Amino acid sequence: MLYREVGDFKTTYRADGQTFPIAFDRWRYYVVLAFAFLVVPFIINDYWANAILMPFLIYAIAAIGLNILTGYCGQVSLGTGGFMAVGAYSCYKLMTGFPDLNILFCVLLSGVVTALVGMLFGLPSLRIKGFYLAVATLAAQFFLVWLFNKVAWFYNYSASGQINAPERTLFGYKITGAETSAPVTYLFCLVLVVVLAIIARNLTRGHLGRSWMAIRDMDIAAEIIGVNPLKAKLTAFGISSFYIGVAGALLFSVYLGAVEVGEVFGIQKSFLVLFMVIIGGLGSIFGSFAGAAFMVLLPVLLKNVLVGTLGWPTDIATHLEFAIVGLLIIVFLILEPHGLAQLWRVIKEKLRLWPFPH
Amino acid sequence: MKLKTLTAMALVGAMTAPFAATPAFADLVFPSLSYRTGPYAANGIPFADGYEDYFKLVNARDGGIGGEMVKVIECETGYNTEKGVECYESTKGEGALVYQPLSTGITYQLIPKSAADGIPLHTMGYGRTSAANGKVFNTVFNYPANYWNGASAVVNHLLDINDGDIKGKTLALVYHNSAYGKEPIRTLEELSKKHGFKLSLLAVDHPGQEQKSQWLQIRREKPDYVTMWGWGVMNATAIQEAANIRYPMENFIGVWWSGSENDVKPVGAKADGYKALNFHGVGDDFPVYDDLKKYVYDEGNATGAGDQHGTVLYNRGMYAAMLAVEAAKKAQEIHDTADITPAMMRDGMEALEITEEAMTELGLPNFGPAFKVSCENHGGPGLASVNQWDAKAGKWNQISDYAETDMDVIGGLIDEDSSAYAKENKVEEACS
Repeated sequence: MLYREVGDFKTTYRADGQTFPIAFDRWRYYVVLAFAFLVVPFIINDYWANAILMPFLIYAIAAIGLNILTGYCGQVSLGTGGFMAVGAYSCYKLMTGFPDLNILFCVLLSGVVTALVGMLFGLPSLRIKGFYLAVATLAAQFFLVWLFNKVAWFYNYSASGQINAPERTLFGYKITGAETSAPVTYLFCLVLVVVLAIIARNLTRGHLGRSWMAIRDMDIAAEIIGVNPLKAKLTAFGISSFYIGVAGALLFSVYLGAVEVGEVFGIQKSFLVLFMVIIGGLGSIFGSFAGAAFMVLLPVLLKNVLVGTLGWPTDIATHLEFAIVGLLIIVFLILEPHGLAQLWRVIKEKLRLWPFPH
Repeated sequence: MKLKTLTAMALVGAMTAPFAATPAFADLVFPSLSYRTGPYAANGIPFADGYEDYFKLVNARDGGIGGEMVKVIECETGYNTEKGVECYESTKGEGALVYQPLSTGITYQLIPKSAADGIPLHTMGYGRTSAANGKVFNTVFNYPANYWNGASAVVNHLLDINDGDIKGKTLALVYHNSAYGKEPIRTLEELSKKHGFKLSLLAVDHPGQEQKSQWLQIRREKPDYVTMWGWGVMNATAIQEAANIRYPMENFIGVWWSGSENDVKPVGAKADGYKALNFHGVGDDFPVYDDLKKYVYDEGNATGAGDQHGTVLYNRGMYAAMLAVEAAKKAQEIHDTADITPAMMRDGMEALEITEEAMTELGLPNFGPAFKVSCENHGGPGLASVNQWDAKAGKWNQISDYAETDMDVIGGLIDEDSSAYAKENKVEEACS
């Protein structure tokens, strides 16, 4: 009834090609944004910021990044953890090497560094595909973690090999360090997420995104119709790594504050982000958010319900948590192999006809 | 429709659940950031059990601390730093008095947070070693001993068994490739310069089940001694590998985190003679166990499966709880109130003094060294003993007394590292 194209007339091509062509959708989007920007910062506390919203926002960026590479360009990558580590360590080197550099530029420059590293490790993708490429990126994962553990220059020769984020401010507000306030760090991450998501959405709808999808769907055919695989694959690797690097930099500097590469950026992280993308939906920006929310929020929710409300022992709750999350992943993949994004699409289709489905 | 109701339920749950556990401010809250799952669970479980059982004993026997009941909130971290942050944030609002995360990684994360929130952090025998300098690390304590004391204690033990001369000997360090395992390296390097032994470093990656290449290297290089900074599944694997290459066990010395029953028992008879450091007593031959039996176990209140009593790590968890309780008593005494805040708890920890008489009174005679904490020294005396595993009897034997460690070397390193931290984070060195 409310959710329909009928009656919503567009008079320009621009209006016709917008991200949310349906008025209801558009308004819902504005409401969500307004809520996130204008309401949440006033009601947020440390727990909500540090345990729930920040990991969600940061993993959403990482998931968008991997979705560009895997979902849109079809190149499977298991090196996400390693690329996030590149972002984190370059952010650390920038923060300590140039103390006057604005934290925002530190984070974005870490993304640029990661993009370069990602393109380097993306070179094999021109020759190898599928599982073999996955193995090549897996090598990147292990090599990068080993590198940051081995070469003391990356952690400024500290005795423990840990990197710690020093205090940095933006417009006088503390973004990193110990004495940050929840609304400030939340807003900092939120702005980056929103800007990056809008850019990603528009990239994937444009010429570049179409060439990625052409490579994904059939690379030989794409080459014949004039898509340059070198350009398409390397841009996908570069842009994807930029997003993942920004996520790694935020994870280290704003969220955790101290990082140990083997523990935080190990192979589990690569799988975590890959699960987010698969569960959320390959080739969908909304899916990246849904997947990140699913993987970040569900364990916390289960923990709070089982331990906090029901008062179960923590070990049983944790084991159950693993079982339930694992089971849900399997159930989702069987019932909805295209992820939460497809579920959302089906709901939208149904809503268009509601309440008169015939 | 079904899915919608499900999501709605989930949403409602997510909104309310974090606030469902209403804080009870009348109690003294001691959060237990434990790990009973994952590759480190074998070591996490006994510690968590001991920690909680002692608080249960204090509640049942003494009616709490100074009349205030103790409430332990357990939160599972799985030795994972992100979950550790979640646990910290979810428990700090409940009036948590002191955090003991039992993980060096989580400790590094919590150090700045604890300074900002004013909640003390007690990292007993782990964490950031330079936190021993209380002038810089106001809210962090690592008494009674730290990693660098451990490194020095290993070298001292080698000196003892070699009549004071280990020139030209080689010592291999097998370490967990993380902040925890890297901590002793700098001290061992300094000590190797001082005593003229050769040091070789062998890193083992998390979680530590794969150590074939490291032990192959040991087999090839044949170091005179091997020391280990391991944790969790890595310990038993390393001792098994050492047994496989027939490395003489009495030349293999673990730090106190590599010296529990869970590490040696899987290897069986071949682990006989393996040595490990410790900074407290072992076994259940202490009067406090009579009380625990009477007030906790027999009431059916034992934490967990109740099968860890008297093990090394159970004792350590109990010791950690005992020190926390004594610090809380001290805080109540200083501030003349039973209902203490985290800031008062910090003062109590800084003024803590453990005497032999006090330990005897608590039912733990000769359990640990007597010591005194001060603002300048949050690290305690750093005394450590050497234990040896007797596989036949299935128990650890203490083979040396609590001995001094090389504070000349360690003190210099602590000053260097803590002043670097102070400069990086713009902390003023001061004693309040």
